[in-house]
Amino acid sequence: MPFIPHTEEEVKQMLDTIGAGSIDELFDEIPSSLRHDKLAGVPVQTTEMEVSRIISERAARDGQPLCFLGAGAYEHHIPAAVWELTTRGEFYTAYTPYQAEASQGTLQLLYEYQTMMANLNGLDVSNASLYDGASALAEAILMAVRLNRKSKSRRVYMPRTVHPNYRKTVETIVHNQGITLELLDYDRTTGCISPDTLPAAPGDFAALVIPQPNFFGALEDVDALTDWAHVHKGLAIAVVNPVSLAILKPPGEWGGEGADIACGEGQPLGIPLSSGGPYYGLLCCKQAYVRQMPGRIIGRTVDLEGKPGFTLTLQAREQHIRRSRATSNICTNQGLMITASTIHMSLLGAEGLERVALNCHANTRKLIERLSSLDGVEVVFENPFFHEVVIRLAAPLGEVMRALHVQNLLPGYELADDYPELENCLLVCATETRTDEDIETYVGHLQRILGKHEPVKCPIKPKWQVKN
Amino acid sequence: MLIFEQSRKGRVNPSQSPQSRPEMADIPASFHRVTRAILPETSEMQTVRHYTRLSQKNFSIDTHFYPLGSCTMKYNPRASNTLSMLPGLLARHPLAPDSMGQGFMACMYDLQEILKDVTGMKSVSLTPAAGAQGEFAGMAMIRAYHEAKKDDDRTEVLIPDAAHGTNPATAVMCGYKVREIPTDSQGDVDLEALKEVVGPQTAGLMLTNPSTLGVFERQIEEIARIVHEAGGLLYYDGANLNAILGKVRPGDMGFDVIHMNLHKTFSTPHGGGGPGAGPVGVNECLEPFLPVPMVACNGDEYSWVTKKEKPQTIGRLSAFMGNAGVLLRAYIYARLLGREGMTRVAEYSTLNANYMMVLCKQQGFDLAYPDRRATHEFIVTLKRQAKDLGVNTMDFAKRLLDYGFHAPTTYFPLLVAECLLIEPTETEDKDTLDAFIDALARIKVESEENAGYVKGAPYTLPVRRLDDVRAARELDLVWKEKA
Repeated sequence: MPFIPHTEEEVKQMLDTIGAGSIDELFDEIPSSLRHDKLAGVPVQTTEMEVSRIISERAARDGQPLCFLGAGAYEHHIPAAVWELTTRGEFYTAYTPYQAEASQGTLQLLYEYQTMMANLNGLDVSNASLYDGASALAEAILMAVRLNRKSKSRRVYMPRTVHPNYRKTVETIVHNQGITLELLDYDRTTGCISPDTLPAAPGDFAALVIPQPNFFGALEDVDALTDWAHVHKGLAIAVVNPVSLAILKPPGEWGGEGADIACGEGQPLGIPLSSGGPYYGLLCCKQAYVRQMPGRIIGRTVDLEGKPGFTLTLQAREQHIRRSRATSNICTNQGLMITASTIHMSLLGAEGLERVALNCHANTRKLIERLSSLDGVEVVFENPFFHEVVIRLAAPLGEVMRALHVQNLLPGYELADDYPELENCLLVCATETRTDEDIETYVGHLQRILGKHEPVKCPIKPKWQVKN
Repeated sequence: MLIFEQSRKGRVNPSQSPQSRPEMADIPASFHRVTRAILPETSEMQTVRHYTRLSQKNFSIDTHFYPLGSCTMKYNPRASNTLSMLPGLLARHPLAPDSMGQGFMACMYDLQEILKDVTGMKSVSLTPAAGAQGEFAGMAMIRAYHEAKKDDDRTEVLIPDAAHGTNPATAVMCGYKVREIPTDSQGDVDLEALKEVVGPQTAGLMLTNPSTLGVFERQIEEIARIVHEAGGLLYYDGANLNAILGKVRPGDMGFDVIHMNLHKTFSTPHGGGGPGAGPVGVNECLEPFLPVPMVACNGDEYSWVTKKEKPQTIGRLSAFMGNAGVLLRAYIYARLLGREGMTRVAEYSTLNANYMMVLCKQQGFDLAYPDRRATHEFIVTLKRQAKDLGVNTMDFAKRLLDYGFHAPTTYFPLLVAECLLIEPTETEDKDTLDAFIDALARIKVESEENAGYVKGAPYTLPVRRLDDVRAARELDLVWKEKA
């Protein structure tokens, strides 16, 4: 029997001990009208060899395309040691560290993670992670609303330059709590929120969300935005890519006082793309706000002999203690992903992470220089960027995308669904894993495909690219 | 020693990152980071050694018996890990087109179908990232359902007092008031109390069955009738699905919406506290509201179902499709078990629990519900030992660690004083169960002979008991270099 060790003899002994005639008798408290054991919709048992074959064939079918697609999930090199260590049974099959003495490995690792993540963000504290970047933003917003005891406003300013799927996730999670999200439009020239266009008298609000880099890869004027939030008595919530923090100003240093809460997607730090998960959400904040933070937090303390050790702390915030008055219903963190990320950051160090970030940026610069040298390709926004850029094609994008997919290449993310004003626009990205040759492959295919097209009538420099 | 304390300035791993340091002159200086983040500066070998040693300070299923009630700590097949980490699956970008995801999507579609059948639900969405997110999706669907019917007076959710803490926390996140229902002396829901509080203000009832008390709720059909007649919906918390897998289906019991914990029932690893996966299943009335994305199959082609196809959806719960890697592991496990194996899960986990329960009784321990069958778990109460000997449940738990067993769940459910909630799972053999009972019995003797010794446990782990009060009072959450 798969994964069941019992011999017939043992089953008999156990039933005798219980005083039952059969295993079935153990279910005698369940009304017989409810019994159902057909399971016609479940395939019959297969061996490991047979399952290996099924999964291997399916895995191979999806190919391994040349990837210029980012949009919130990025292909980076992951050192071999990261997952070799992470999948050790002692990490992989351990439970939540509720029994601290039997979980010092996981707990110390999480404390080290909190230190690394807080340092990267330039903030005082980090929790031990949430599900992913999008749900972390939702939790950051709920946290900001709880912290806003003065005005009790449930209004939050949300730029359109925040990842569209993050905005949708936030909407799902917060809308039953009477929180309203006020969208801020971006400047069509820069692809960023222009601080001049923010309301001069916004009234009561809980927080302003500030993405850096934003969904278009453009760098927002984070100092001015953070200061604006603080002047008007709101909190500043940063949404960041942790790899960018190796070279970009960390949220804790934005504006005069620094962002109050930072969140983001941890995937770029050692987590494979794997169809979107499991990833993890990072969440950091200033010390003063730690008691409103959701999720697990690990603290260092001492044992009864005075020896240092680690334990879950501030548990009075959590659902298993506080039930309906908890800061969140969250029960798990993404422990195994944090294990990978912590080892990843240890292996790279600050120097390695800077090199990764610099190379990503340099490769993307190369990519857009080469792509925009083609007829019918232009860069849409005039603004400093990190590692991702919007380009516009003078051809119907859908067809071009399909033609590139046939070449086993992922050309980028099509923006028009979420941004109707960005028709035929593509968000492209080249991480440190792309070589000059990869870039030339993309350029070559695109040139050939565009060459077959009569340029569409839409002007290369659209009219709305006048600063409004 | 912390990894940071092994750092030496200037130590790098040049083969782990790119060789060059291209300039970033195109980014204005005002955007630059000025002070470097403090990250470890250790060699690859130091890092490997450090984290290998840390791993050795953990208990895990691969190394220890883990009879942790309500957590279903069963063996995690290695094939699930190896196959879900095949390069083609790891490298797939979440936004890759359907044409470059047919293999992966086939697995997800198959898993949806399997989960539908084992739960008796009409439709399944895999996207919730954990049990608590599945609960949230379930309650948000109930709310969306009432809202769609303009039935706006339903403001209350009923929850038995034995429920997991996530249930009330979730109901509040969905904008509901929580009303607790008491449990009777035999561990069933108090029906009279339920009848008193149910009414036109009831949005739904959240129930775990078998309950966290380790017994099957025998009046479930009656409960379903009462709640449905009042216009409310019935929510199934799948925490204990392992106990009934392939034997009874929540859909047949009358539940309208359920979540499953694949990290329990479908044996995906707990990973030191996640990631999990908490798919939701629903009957016809809630189908329009399921969270997206889901996978559809048209002929032999798979496609994503999004808000376009499902306009009444409660929406997205994460940036992409959820914890795909966990879902793959669950799918592989389901294929290895097959339909025969599913039924055996309930059978052998129940056999193991009932066997241990009888042994506990024989050893002189008090059972919380001595007149009931155990499901896949049962409760021992150490109230007598705490009163007579001054040795409480926490002391037993810590001493068990010295004997090489992870402690059962302690002090949960809150209804039973000084409780140990014991869940052996189906993957443990008889000898291991016997050895555990033997250790419990020995600790009882130790408590009688030298209570102080037991209260000082553990003695053999990397640390002794930790000062939790100090941890919360003198917060040390981030290491800082000594000035």
